[in-house]
Amino acid sequence: MMKMLLLLLGCCGLVLSDQNQSAPRDQRVFPVLSINYDYVQMPFEVSLWILLASLMKLGFHLIPRLSTVVPESCLLIVVGLLVGGLIRVMGKRPPVLDSQLFFLCLLPPIILDAGYFLPLRPFTENAGSILTFAVLGTLWNTFFTGALLYICRPAALDLLPCLLFGSIVSAVDPVAVLAVFEEIHINELLHILVFGESLLNDAVTVVLYHLFEEFAHTGEVTAGDVFLGVVCFFVVALGGVLVGGVYGVLAAFTSRFTAHTRVIEPLFVFLYSYMAYLSAEVFHLSGIMALIACGVVMRPYVEANISHKSYTTIKYFLKMWSSVSETLIFIFLGVSTVAGPHAWNWTFVTITILLCLLSRVLGVVGLTFIINKYRMVKLSGKDQFIVAYGGLRGAIAFSLAFLLSNDDFPMKDMFLTAIITVIFFTVFVQGMTIRPLVDLLAVKKRKESKCSINEEIHTQFLEHLLAGIEGVCGHYGHHHWRDKLNRFNKRYIKRCLIGGERSQEPQLVSFYNKMELKQAMMLLESNSSSNLSTVTAAAPRQRSRKTLNISKEREEEIRKILRANLQKTRQRLRSYSRHTLMPDAEDDWSETRLKKQREEMERRMSHFLTVPAPPVRKLESGERLRSGSFFFSERVSAGDESIRRKPSVVKFSLEEKKPHRGPEHLLEEDEELIHHRP
Amino acid sequence: MGASQSGRAHTFRDLADKTGFSIEQINNLHNRFTYLTQDEDTLRREHLENISDLALNPIRRQIIEAFFDKRNLGEKEKGSLQEIGFQEFVTVLSFFRPPKPRIADEEMRNIKKEKLRFLFNMHDTDNDGVITLDEYRRVVEELLSSYETIGAETAKAISDAAMLEVASVTVGQMGPDEFYEGITFEQFTQILRNLEIETKMNIHFWNLDTRTVQCGK
Repeated sequence: MMKMLLLLLGCCGLVLSDQNQSAPRDQRVFPVLSINYDYVQMPFEVSLWILLASLMKLGFHLIPRLSTVVPESCLLIVVGLLVGGLIRVMGKRPPVLDSQLFFLCLLPPIILDAGYFLPLRPFTENAGSILTFAVLGTLWNTFFTGALLYICRPAALDLLPCLLFGSIVSAVDPVAVLAVFEEIHINELLHILVFGESLLNDAVTVVLYHLFEEFAHTGEVTAGDVFLGVVCFFVVALGGVLVGGVYGVLAAFTSRFTAHTRVIEPLFVFLYSYMAYLSAEVFHLSGIMALIACGVVMRPYVEANISHKSYTTIKYFLKMWSSVSETLIFIFLGVSTVAGPHAWNWTFVTITILLCLLSRVLGVVGLTFIINKYRMVKLSGKDQFIVAYGGLRGAIAFSLAFLLSNDDFPMKDMFLTAIITVIFFTVFVQGMTIRPLVDLLAVKKRKESKCSINEEIHTQFLEHLLAGIEGVCGHYGHHHWRDKLNRFNKRYIKRCLIGGERSQEPQLVSFYNKMELKQAMMLLESNSSSNLSTVTAAAPRQRSRKTLNISKEREEEIRKILRANLQKTRQRLRSYSRHTLMPDAEDDWSETRLKKQREEMERRMSHFLTVPAPPVRKLESGERLRSGSFFFSERVSAGDESIRRKPSVVKFSLEEKKPHRGPEHLLEEDEELIHHRP
Repeated sequence: MGASQSGRAHTFRDLADKTGFSIEQINNLHNRFTYLTQDEDTLRREHLENISDLALNPIRRQIIEAFFDKRNLGEKEKGSLQEIGFQEFVTVLSFFRPPKPRIADEEMRNIKKEKLRFLFNMHDTDNDGVITLDEYRRVVEELLSSYETIGAETAKAISDAAMLEVASVTVGQMGPDEFYEGITFEQFTQILRNLEIETKMNIHFWNLDTRTVQCGK
């Protein structure tokens, strides 16, 4: 529809410009309105596609039941098919998913998003299993599929093209896996297993692909070539990680100095990551692993250095770009299906699908049998089924096949058709049925974890405890090495890469600060003049309403004070223009003032505890603090300069049964208060 | 030497049945025990303090104390011993044994409770069955003790917030004259319910002896 409009406009433009050229010079009318479509054609079309993709995404979520039944990826492919069909009906040739566009523009945002927000703890705990599935599993899939295709001879192919096809079609695709698994919310372990595998198998796929392509080109394989292939694998994988690590360290180091130019902080993160990807691609190293390594390495240091706003910006930009990329990829996949030259071969396609499923199941079961011997938490049959069933293929396979040269591979069209069929099968059939299957098999779902300071304390405690017990047993295990790495990190690396005094902040304290900040922001957002709550996230709201039994005038007083304090914060949250953002008053504070401010803040914190402790402060007579009282505290966390509050703590306690108490209840305290029975 | 060997094998088998380790693991642990005590019969605190790996651990004191705590050794009394034998050593270490793969839910719950009880005993140093604010504060202080720049107020703040959280999650509404005494074991279990202790609080018992590398199961 939009294309027709464009064509119409284009035609008009041509007509009008023709008219201008054909008229004699002196009789030329000044063109009040002229159309010049060629000038903007490229960006216009790109924007139109992205707009279309986003509108489609919007539309799906407006239709009530659709998004719960059908995963988004399927819907987008269907839309792509429709659009492709439409273009074909109009007589033009639909665009095919250009491999260069795919690998250089569409894939990196998704991978960076995945790598930057990779949950590191489950990833490292299961690193052995993930690597086994990624490397050995992909190798097994490739050779099994390739060898059986050669043996069954559905299309009279040589061994090498079969193996090449096997390598392309056997790699689990991160885009498809992400698209489907995001919506089903399975537990962390399975998610990280399948997802980690899809990310790390890129190295294997790259090596095998180039290896077989090279062999097919030269025509013969020697034992030395095979050995070089193995060496190449290590070079590709480790080289990619190294390149990513180097760029990650550079990004972290750069972020240390961005205190005065907060506006471009996110840009550094994006640019360094993209450069890591491109640099790895220059040397045919694994770009995906470079990107993941860069994101993982730079994240803890960058997050300690950048401002809260920049962090939010990075998060939302990454999510936005990866979402758009994913949408475009699936739509283009649909369009390319309509467009591409097809060579349908029933036997080849059916055998391919069967072999893919079979090799996946066998591979997963076999490998799980081996790795369960080394795992503490064994993978059950249900887990294995989900891992096997979640091995979806996607656009990477399609693009790799598209890159094959037509001369070396005359059966390229047949390959493409088969791959598209496999992708459709996995995405539609497996993608749609995995959610009911997860429910049917009662697979554990992801727990919604609130950030709980107790859990954080005990996680850290456990880490140290286990490292200590390993020390007692004389066992250099997982915890021992993690402990050593943490210590090394703290002593040397954090000093270089994190600016200022944040480098000395332990994880527990930064977690605590973040939690406080989050609660304070929640407090601000909820109209706090009527909602007075305690500091913890789990504070029951009923408490505040029940004990709010005070007179109207007192309420007004309290509200006025709260409003005055809050408005000062609100002002700072208004959006600034780009130029007034820079000379922000808070950024001018020097390090020492910051430190002093922070220490004062910590002293002035107020908490509510009715724990009998040795009396820290005797309360003045006439003031009785009871369990029904609560406090409103304003806290500042050092890492965020965008929210600064006046260093005063407004505390008030409300007596339940004595509403006539005067304003002496509005206390201004200097230290934290632990009250006790009078 | 022969008689004591068979006698020792017998005690090892008893220990293996009691604690769930295999004979080979018990052997490895015994080697480690003799290495730590320098061939003496009983283990004392100084022996554990001499371990170099433990020196940089912020909660080393509590770990060492846990070995001598009578509550962990299955005795009903409270207090701590001055020295322990091999049997007690293995008993304490059995808290960290990974659970066998195919066990019933009921047994898994028991194991989880035992491990949580071990943690609880580590925090509750005065043996009164409740973790008071002071004890919790000490825990947080020890955790943060390796960072010199963090003052005591931060530890206080964090432990206060943590206690507050426990109070609001477990007790909820409190009457006007009520106190919050401290964290009881049930409340402790409740707040750490999501932490999956039974899978996390484990170590592999292979390659125990640093002198003789063995690949036991």
